[in-house]
Amino acid sequence: MKQDLVRIHSFEYLSSEILELTFISDFLGQQARPGHFVNIRVDPNFPLLRRPFSIFNVEGNKISIVFNIIGTGTKILAAKKVGDTLDIVGPCGNSFLSFMDGEYETAVFVGGGIGVAPFPFLTKQFDRSKKILTFLGGRNKNLIVTKGLRNVKIATDDGTAGFHGTVLELIKNDFTITQYGIMRFFTCGPTRMMKAIGEFANNLGADCFASLETDMACGIGLCQGCNIEMIGGEKKYKLVCKDGTIFETKTVKL
Amino acid sequence: MEQSFTLRTVEFTNRILAASGTFGYGNEVLDLVDINKLGGIMTKSLSLKPRDGNPSPRITETPSGMLNSIGLANIGVHKFIEEKLPVLRKYTTKIIGNIAASSVDEYCAVLELLDAQEGVHGFEINVSCPNVKEGGLNFGTDPHQVAHITKETRKRTEKPLIIKLTPNVTHISEFARAAEAEGADAVSVINTLIGMSVNISTRKPRIATTTGGLSGPAIKPIALAKVYETCNAVKIPVIGVGGIKTWEDAVEFFIVGASMVQIGTANFVDPATGTSITESIERYCEKYSISHMIDLIGSLETNKNVSIVDSWL
Repeated sequence: MKQDLVRIHSFEYLSSEILELTFISDFLGQQARPGHFVNIRVDPNFPLLRRPFSIFNVEGNKISIVFNIIGTGTKILAAKKVGDTLDIVGPCGNSFLSFMDGEYETAVFVGGGIGVAPFPFLTKQFDRSKKILTFLGGRNKNLIVTKGLRNVKIATDDGTAGFHGTVLELIKNDFTITQYGIMRFFTCGPTRMMKAIGEFANNLGADCFASLETDMACGIGLCQGCNIEMIGGEKKYKLVCKDGTIFETKTVKL
Repeated sequence: MEQSFTLRTVEFTNRILAASGTFGYGNEVLDLVDINKLGGIMTKSLSLKPRDGNPSPRITETPSGMLNSIGLANIGVHKFIEEKLPVLRKYTTKIIGNIAASSVDEYCAVLELLDAQEGVHGFEINVSCPNVKEGGLNFGTDPHQVAHITKETRKRTEKPLIIKLTPNVTHISEFARAAEAEGADAVSVINTLIGMSVNISTRKPRIATTTGGLSGPAIKPIALAKVYETCNAVKIPVIGVGGIKTWEDAVEFFIVGASMVQIGTANFVDPATGTSITESIERYCEKYSISHMIDLIGSLETNKNVSIVDSWL
């Protein structure tokens, strides 16, 4: 992990609402793994705290994140120019790669809205011997990003793209479960969705790993602000920033 | 320029410290910061037994600051001694054990365990956590209790003893005097202020315990006023803490009389805040020909005829 000033290389709109920001970092190019996040200080003065972003893609020393403009931090980030510098800390958190090994044939990626963020990088580095299915859900077509993904199926709440309904309904309708053999689920998105996906997976006897999101002050375990309650286990709480962000869904209280 | 400072028997290489609860146990930041460039680190509050802390959500951002209600989550003093201290002993920065407890006996028990350890250079007694019922604030808002805790802990150590005071009282100086009278070597001023924030969509408080401790640049003017008040009331050193983010902030605290300062919330944004402040103060002192920090500390110009600050416009 390192604190670094990086230069913005490019911006690209992936939909009318979702922006991909690419910056240059040799260090992250070598160190970043799928599921890691970077903590970005969008401005030296305001807002006070850094904002965490999943790493969306890594190509050599080009690192990208995606976001939609939903608040103060993302608004400031979207107004940056190519060539501007960003103060980042990373890579933070654990990686999906730690949960990749095991006896299963199909990896099922389920992304909700901007929760799609870690999956393109994961797709790129995933075990080639395994099949990947990707399910994306969003409020509408503007919140669906398919760049860098494989075997994508889409659900939107308003029916403007793909299946009209939730991503869980899509999965339930779509699945002829037996055809994919033993599955393992990886999910990122709204907490309610991840909880539902975790329960669905466990009912199938499949493992499910979720990348969680909470408010964070530091992103590196100093403030103890981003706790998640554990089910069973030795500790009552763990930290999303440092012990996660990825947890097996049945071990956490979502 | 001489930045070192001696408190009782311990010489700190400079006057910049990391505030308790904002720097973990000191070992989490080793990738990011050269901790030897800090005068010292106040550990995360340690209690006799491990504490889980409060439910989620524990923090929220507020204008120029944040609210927290961590609830003194910590690994407990035994695990600190076994797992964290051996790593910290390899560094020259001074480690000050911050202690939180729900009884005077517990304060004393934790202090005695730490006092026996090489590599624990002093103590900061947290009588002012706003987020735990028995976490000290009820001690911290009663000057007799502050006096009592100071007296009992003082008996048990020859190492520097610092009492960390709460601003959630009418006159903080009264509490500083109580600590001074019972033998405290210094007081830390201030802990967080009680604050609140509400999500207007859900109408729920933004942190699980409804109210929490406000910190960050938002509280700096309050902290500065409390430090000024305290410096005018006691002879023991006052350690200024509250909202320091830049070296200029730290210099303000020195001018009003703080002998040392702590960096808190700013560490969450940039863990190297303290080390870079140390370097900047060096340059500031060179520019104004200040050869020793004592020429800066308490140098507040109180002549009412001073002109309006030039940077205002």
